[in-house]
Amino acid sequence: MHIDELNELAEQIRTQHQSCQHCVRVCMAASCQSSGADDVLKRLEDAAPEGDQVQVKSVGCMGLCSAGPLVEVRSRGDDQPIMYQHVESQDAEEIMGSLGDSVVQRLECPTSIPFFQRQQKIVLENSGIIDPEDIEDYIAADGYSALVEALTESSPAEVLNEVNLSGLRGRGGGGYPTGLKWSTVAKMPATQKYVICNADEGDPGAFMDRAVLESDPHRILEGMALAAYAVGANRGYIYVRAEYPLAIDRLKKSIRQATRKGLLGANVCDTPFSFDIEVRLGAGAFVCGEETALMQSVEGERGQPRPRPPYPAELGLWGFPTLINNVETYANIAPIVRNGGEWFASIGTERSKGTKVFALAGRIHNTGLIEVPMGVPLREIVEEIGGGVPDGRRFKAVQTGGPSGGCLPAEQMDLPVDYDSLREVGSIMGSGGMIVMDETSSMVDVARYFMEFCMTESCGKCVPCRVGTYQMHELLTKIAAGKGTSADLALLEELCEVVQMTSLCGLGQTAPNPVVSTLQYFRHEYEEKLIRDEFVDMEQQTEEMEAVS
Amino acid sequence: MIQTPTPNVRVVTFKIDDRDFSAREDETIIQVAWENGIRVPSLCYLEGLSVWGACRLCVVEIVGSPRLVSSCSTRVAEGMEIRTDSERLQAYRRMILELLFSERNHVCSVCVSNGHCELQNLAQQCGMDHVRVPYRNKVYQVDSSHDLFRVDHNRCVLCSRCIRVCDEIEGAHTWDSKGRGIDTQVITDLNRPWGESDSCTGCGKCVQVCPTGALVQQGTSVGEMHKDRKFLPYLSRMRDAQ
Ligand SMILES: Cc1cc2nc3c(=O)[nH]c(=O)nc-3n(C[C@H](O)[C@H](O)[C@H](O)COP(=O)(O)O)c2cc1C
Ligand code: SF4
Repeated sequence: MHIDELNELAEQIRTQHQSCQHCVRVCMAASCQSSGADDVLKRLEDAAPEGDQVQVKSVGCMGLCSAGPLVEVRSRGDDQPIMYQHVESQDAEEIMGSLGDSVVQRLECPTSIPFFQRQQKIVLENSGIIDPEDIEDYIAADGYSALVEALTESSPAEVLNEVNLSGLRGRGGGGYPTGLKWSTVAKMPATQKYVICNADEGDPGAFMDRAVLESDPHRILEGMALAAYAVGANRGYIYVRAEYPLAIDRLKKSIRQATRKGLLGANVCDTPFSFDIEVRLGAGAFVCGEETALMQSVEGERGQPRPRPPYPAELGLWGFPTLINNVETYANIAPIVRNGGEWFASIGTERSKGTKVFALAGRIHNTGLIEVPMGVPLREIVEEIGGGVPDGRRFKAVQTGGPSGGCLPAEQMDLPVDYDSLREVGSIMGSGGMIVMDETSSMVDVARYFMEFCMTESCGKCVPCRVGTYQMHELLTKIAAGKGTSADLALLEELCEVVQMTSLCGLGQTAPNPVVSTLQYFRHEYEEKLIRDEFVDMEQQTEEMEAVS
Repeated sequence: MIQTPTPNVRVVTFKIDDRDFSAREDETIIQVAWENGIRVPSLCYLEGLSVWGACRLCVVEIVGSPRLVSSCSTRVAEGMEIRTDSERLQAYRRMILELLFSERNHVCSVCVSNGHCELQNLAQQCGMDHVRVPYRNKVYQVDSSHDLFRVDHNRCVLCSRCIRVCDEIEGAHTWDSKGRGIDTQVITDLNRPWGESDSCTGCGKCVQVCPTGALVQQGTSVGEMHKDRKFLPYLSRMRDAQ
C-alpha cells in the first residue's frame, strides 16, 4: 500500500461515516463495562431507528471513569457533543428519542468543566472517539499514515531522528530518553533484533496503559512497527498482564486486522520491511514489569531480574539486542513521526516533552484518566481538573509513582509535574498513578501499605530487598500499632538506605521511597506514634541537667 | 554470558582502592580483586558458575557514579576508580549479613558446618557481631529422604549455587526455586522429596558448593561438614577448553 492509497481509503471511510446524522458513542472500556455499559449499548442499538441515520458505536475510554457508563452523542453540524453520565439501560429510549431536538438533562455531564477543558490529548486523542475493534476507524483518524509514509518515503535513520528531536522520554517510570535507547539498539551490529512493548502495568491504582490498549490498540502496533523499522528489528512482543482480558482480546484482534491489511507481517506495504507481533501474557507478578525479568518471562523462565549492564539494548531476548518501551511511549510515536519531532518538543517543559497520562484516584471528585502537558502544576491537576477533595475535607498529600514514588504535601502543590522536579522533591513521575489523600489518611499507614506491596512482590532473589522489605514492613507495622520506639525508627531509616543503595533491581531500590518521603514531610506522624522511650528521656534529662549546672 | 572471553579483548588500566591494576576488559571487578588479594566479600559468586548478583555483599563504589555496582557482574573499564571498602560499604554489608542471619535459623553452635561456613566467616570478616533486626523465627522442614545428603532449609541463604551447579555443571537441573520474596525456597524436582528425585544423579556437587550448612552429607555432626570445591575450577576449565 502506498500513502496515497491509504489516504484515499481514509477519505472513503470518513465519507461513509458522515452519511449518518447522529453518532452515539458508548464507552466500552473496562471501567464502564463493569458498571453496565454492555446493556446500555445493547438497548441503544435496539432503540436506534432503522437505516443509517443513527450510528451506535462502542468506543474506548472517555476519561471520567467515576461517572460511567458514559455515552456521547455527536450530531452532524453541532460542534459540541453531548455527554451523558451514569447512563442505565432503561435510559436508552429516552436518549434515542431526544436525538436532534433536545438534551436529556437529568443525565447530562457538563463538558465545560476543567476536567475536559484543561486536557491536551496526544496519547488519548482517539480514545473515546474511535471503535477500538475496527481498523478502518483508526485509519479514518489518520492511523497507519505515519508507518506507511515512513516505510515508503523515509529511511530508518530519518524516523530515528524525529524521535530524537522530539525529546520523548520513556513513560514506564524511568524517563530514559527514548531516542537514545533506539539509537543504541539501531547501532548494534546483530542480524536479529527484537522490539518489546511493556504492558505489564503493575502499579496499584494505575490504569493508563490499560486504557490505551483497550481504546486504541492499533496505535501501539503502529508505534512498535515504526520502532522496529528504525532499529532494524523484525519481531515484536507485547507483554500484557493476564488481568487485562479485554486489552488482550483487542490487541489480538488488531494484530489480525493489521496483518490482513498488509500493515504487519511479511513485506509491509510491499517494502523489504517485515514485522510480526506476538502477544505474551504475564501472570501478575509486579517484578515482571522490570525489563530484564520481563525478558526472562518471555523466554519461559522464572521472572527474575538480572544485573544491568549488560542492558537489553546489547543483550536482550535470547541474547539479541532488544528494544523495550512502555505502552504510552509507543503511543506517542505515530503522532511524532506524523507531525515531526519539533512539534512534539514544543509541548511540555525544557527537559520533559509532550504530555503525560495520569490515573487520578483516591479522595478526589473526578477520578479517572487525564492527559495534560508536562509541567502543569500539581495544584491544577488536583484542584481544577480533579475537582478537589470531596466532602469538605482538607487535602493532605498526593502520592505519585506508586510503590516506587513518594507523597507530596500541600506545600509542594505548585510544583510543575515533570520528571526532574518530582525527583528533586523526593517523589517520581512513575508511570502515572496519582492518589490524592485527605486529612483522614495516616501517612504511616500509607507507607506501610506500599511496603506490604513491595514485600509481597519482591522476587526474592537479592537479600536487601527480600529480607529488607520484610523487616521494614515489620517495623512499620509495629510503629503503626503504637508499639515502636525511637530505636525502631532509626533502624527503619538505616534499612531504607541499605535497601535503596544495594538492591539488585528497581523494585528494591525504590521500595523505601514511600517511607523516605513520608518521613521527609510527615515525620511528626511517625514520632507521635512512638512509645515514649524512658531511657532516651532520661538521657535527655541528664543532658539538660548538665546544661543547667 | 558476562564472562565469556571474546577475541580481540583489550587490556585496560584502572584503580582499586588507590592501587593501579591492569586486566583484560572482559574481566569482572571481583575477579581482579580476588586475584590480587583484595577480599571483596561475596556469598553467591563462585568462580566457575554463572554470575548471579544476588547477595549484594560485593557491591563497590565507582568514583563519579552515585550508584553502587555488584563487582561480580561489572567488568573493569579503562580509567575506572573502584573503592571496595569504604565505611559506608562496610556498614551496608553488615546490615545485609544481619538480614541474612535474621531470615532463617543460623545458630552456629549446633550446625554441622560450624567453623567451615562461609556465612560465619563473612560475619567475622565484616565485623558483624550482633543482629539488630528481629529474628523471623520461622521453622522449615529438614529433608533427609536422600541416601547420601540432607537439606536443611533453616540454614539456606538462597544463593542459588546449588541450582546453578546442578544445571550448568552436572546438567541435571534437579534444583530450582519456588515461591517469591521472603517465601522463596529451593526445591528438588517439582517440589518432591530429594530422595524421590528422578533427575538427581547423587553427584553431590550441590553439597560441595553450598556455602552454609543447608546442604550437607548424611551422618555428619556438629562442625564435621567440610566442603571440597576443587572439582569446580577444574571442570569449568576443561569445559572452556573444549
Ligand atoms: C519493579 C519494576 C516494575 C516495572 N513495571 C513496569 C511496567 O509495568 N510497565 C512499564 O512500562 N515499565 C515498567 N518498569 C520499567 C521497565 O523496567 C522499563 O524501564 C520500561 O519498560 C522501559 O520503557 P520506557 O523507556 O518506555 O519507559 C518497571 C520497573 C521495575 C523496576
Ligand atoms: S530488588 Fe527485589 S525484586 Fe529486584 S531482584 Fe532483588 S529481590 Fe528481586
